[in-house]
Amino acid sequence: MTTIDRLVGAGVDRIDGPAKVRGTAPYAFEQDPGEPIAHLAVVQSTVNRGRISRLDATRAEAMPGVLAVLTPASAPRLAEGLSSDLPVLQSLDVHYQGQVVAAVVAETSEIAAAAIGAVVVEYAAEEPDVVLSTDRADLYAPEQLMAGFDTDSVIGDVDGALAAAAVTIDATYETPTQHNNPIEMHTSMARWDGDSLTMWDANQGPHNIVNDLAKGFGLDRGQVRIISPYVGGAFGSKAFPHPNQMLAAMAARVVGRTVVFELTRPQMFTLVGHRTPTIQRVRLGADADGRLTAISHEVVEHTSKISEFAEQTATPTRVLYAAENRRTTHRLARLDVPPPTIMRAPGETPGMFALESAMDELASALGIDPVELRIRNEPTEDPERHVPWSSRHLVECLRTGAERFGWAGRDLRPRMRTEGRWLIGTGVASATYPTRRRKAQCRISVDGRGGTAPVRYLVEIDGSDIGTGAWTALSQIAADALGVAMDAVELHIGDSRLPRAGGAGGSTGLASWGSAIVLTARDLRRRLDDEFGGQVPADGVTVDGGIEGEGPHAKTHSMHAFGAHFVEVRVDADSGEVRVPRATSVYDAGTVVNAKTGRSQFIGGFSMGVSMALHEETLTDPRLGHYVNHDLAEYHVATNADIGELDISWLDHPDELANELGLKGIGEIGITGAAAAVANAYWHATGLRVRDLPITPDKYFRELGLT
Amino acid sequence: MDTEITLRVDGAAHPLAVDTRTTLLDALRERLRNTSPKKGCDHGQCGACTVLLDGRRVNSCLVLAVTVGDAEVTTSDGLAADGQPHRLHRSFVEYDAFQCGYCTPGQVCSAAGVIEEARQGWPSAVTGDVTDEPDLTDAEIRERMSGNLCRCAAYANIVPAVAAVAQSEGVRR
Repeated sequence: MTTIDRLVGAGVDRIDGPAKVRGTAPYAFEQDPGEPIAHLAVVQSTVNRGRISRLDATRAEAMPGVLAVLTPASAPRLAEGLSSDLPVLQSLDVHYQGQVVAAVVAETSEIAAAAIGAVVVEYAAEEPDVVLSTDRADLYAPEQLMAGFDTDSVIGDVDGALAAAAVTIDATYETPTQHNNPIEMHTSMARWDGDSLTMWDANQGPHNIVNDLAKGFGLDRGQVRIISPYVGGAFGSKAFPHPNQMLAAMAARVVGRTVVFELTRPQMFTLVGHRTPTIQRVRLGADADGRLTAISHEVVEHTSKISEFAEQTATPTRVLYAAENRRTTHRLARLDVPPPTIMRAPGETPGMFALESAMDELASALGIDPVELRIRNEPTEDPERHVPWSSRHLVECLRTGAERFGWAGRDLRPRMRTEGRWLIGTGVASATYPTRRRKAQCRISVDGRGGTAPVRYLVEIDGSDIGTGAWTALSQIAADALGVAMDAVELHIGDSRLPRAGGAGGSTGLASWGSAIVLTARDLRRRLDDEFGGQVPADGVTVDGGIEGEGPHAKTHSMHAFGAHFVEVRVDADSGEVRVPRATSVYDAGTVVNAKTGRSQFIGGFSMGVSMALHEETLTDPRLGHYVNHDLAEYHVATNADIGELDISWLDHPDELANELGLKGIGEIGITGAAAAVANAYWHATGLRVRDLPITPDKYFRELGLT
Repeated sequence: MDTEITLRVDGAAHPLAVDTRTTLLDALRERLRNTSPKKGCDHGQCGACTVLLDGRRVNSCLVLAVTVGDAEVTTSDGLAADGQPHRLHRSFVEYDAFQCGYCTPGQVCSAAGVIEEARQGWPSAVTGDVTDEPDLTDAEIRERMSGNLCRCAAYANIVPAVAAVAQSEGVRR
């Protein structure tokens, strides 16, 4: 084998890039099912809670080109055991507004869209219960949080320490309902061949979609194949199955043809999840030098009546700063809302907005530089688990970021800089996100064509590239591990027929799939050396391998990525318009496998945090119970003009204990803390503390007392 | 109601029967299976479906197929000449101006439109003196590319990717 330079760490162009820029990489709807495609459209409930009292599909059924109308009365029965809103069209009961109550399959998308308007549905409805508040009598403590975190953590005497503290902060922060809104809408295209189902689907991990389809349709897992090589963004909404997969499969079975269900943009607000709104009370106690003596972070959030999704909002508070007395709690209200789900850094994203805003308020109360305040509270070990860090370089991130940004000499007082109409301020916040890995299997084969043909390595693993750069990064990892050039590696991902692996989520992709590839490649090389004298035998060699889950150090060490954001904000003193002209972020994320695509991950995460800080909010009508602004004209996400100069860098500290590659995961760290950095800079610019996101222009006048 | 039309797309003529309700986007994607332009909202809000219509950028989801007539439709795929990637294609890959890639063909078509609009001296909302020679500064590119949403938020890379091509095309100083 030839020795080549290390590819891991290099800024390699995306291998899927040339096809993506031309638009020829096939996303779910763009695959060829081998036969004409019928189109599915759905009728959604207009009430939040109640029961269908009348459903008349006769007019729709009579429309030319309509192949079938599925209703709770006519839809095929799904097997028991499906949870949440997956038992679609199985009952007349309505649990949230937007629930699918009928579906039309037609020859064309135009006919399907027209026919749903001809389905008459009436309801016996009850008043919607959709408003979250801290004084609801029905708030409850879930058994555990998402990802297995404890619901509460209580250490020491928080109330006593707060009473005795030299300085305290007691503030309540709110984040609104938010929606993932990947630009590729969730799409499922189903084809049955006998009792075998093939689905081309937009998801974050084909294996994650197989189980519920197999269960619902009474199939073996091997009878379901999910194909998803290219996915147009996800951010969590495509992690788990939603009604769309069940419906497409059901409809295809009914009409005996390939059926595609491409959600509309408004349906993206009801059928595939959202981030819960949060109300977070944070109390901090510190001595006169700014050393924290008490941290309390109490979260109230919602879930749906038909499923429990308990976002782990206060969990970053369990690891970020030292303090002897600490408390984090989570309470939920079950509302008549669609099931919430994962959205980029669930927990950390809203939680870090609250904690890092409170730290800024504490710095201001103490008259201490907010960078210095964080450094003074750096814990020497995990402050709740009392185990060492696998690696932690937050202080270096803060110091490096301050240097790159030009933080020195910043006036601690707010509203001290103006430029014409613009009020100018700067702010800082930390970032943190857990480092984990999941079980992953992998197969590597090398062909034995021999002779002069170049040796090719086939690397198969059901990893997923939702825009993360996994196609490229995994090829780099495989090439290094095999000791070959990248073009000797043929990677196959995004297909449930491939060796099983967890989906793209929790920033675990490269930690899991990459480690599996490295170990399998080592095994292959060892076999070639031991059994074949380092030569590839004529009939080739195939090796199966992988990892079982968390590594050996996960229990004995606390593993997290860290970072620091520095942001400049300009606020128009006349209109309240907020601009973010520049920002610096420095990350402690271990090995960054691809310097080019990795930087894009950091950019994307941070920019989504700016979007959260200034724009994103799904409004719920308290009386009618629906999401009011359910499209991209009304649910604002950051545009090109909203993002300024971004200075992105990372420290060169591989985490040797985390996994085979020393990486900590980078898909989510960028968004954590970003909104707080913006809000803190906004305070520094204006002297106004907006504690409820997003910071829209109207809140400038509200805080000034003018509205 | 179906109507017979001929769509000229990426240099080829395609006779087809379309429902009069069919958008240009759906005619391309669902009838011709030209899936270079993407559907991200179907409401003219995201820009993923951007194509060039006789050289001008349009949201193809807001154009009815029956109204296209003889106009030449160019998708991002069609910008590639003789199988060779367009300069914008290469620049988007070099600057990693995308992540998931779903909005990207629309971004590329939009960028081609932006460069042509600048060449013709069209001002934008951030243009200072509209009588000046066109200059696609970073601020101009940000403004003019803001009709194309990127949820992966590759904006900070899209700007230099477009700038590099604008420079070589003589519309950026």
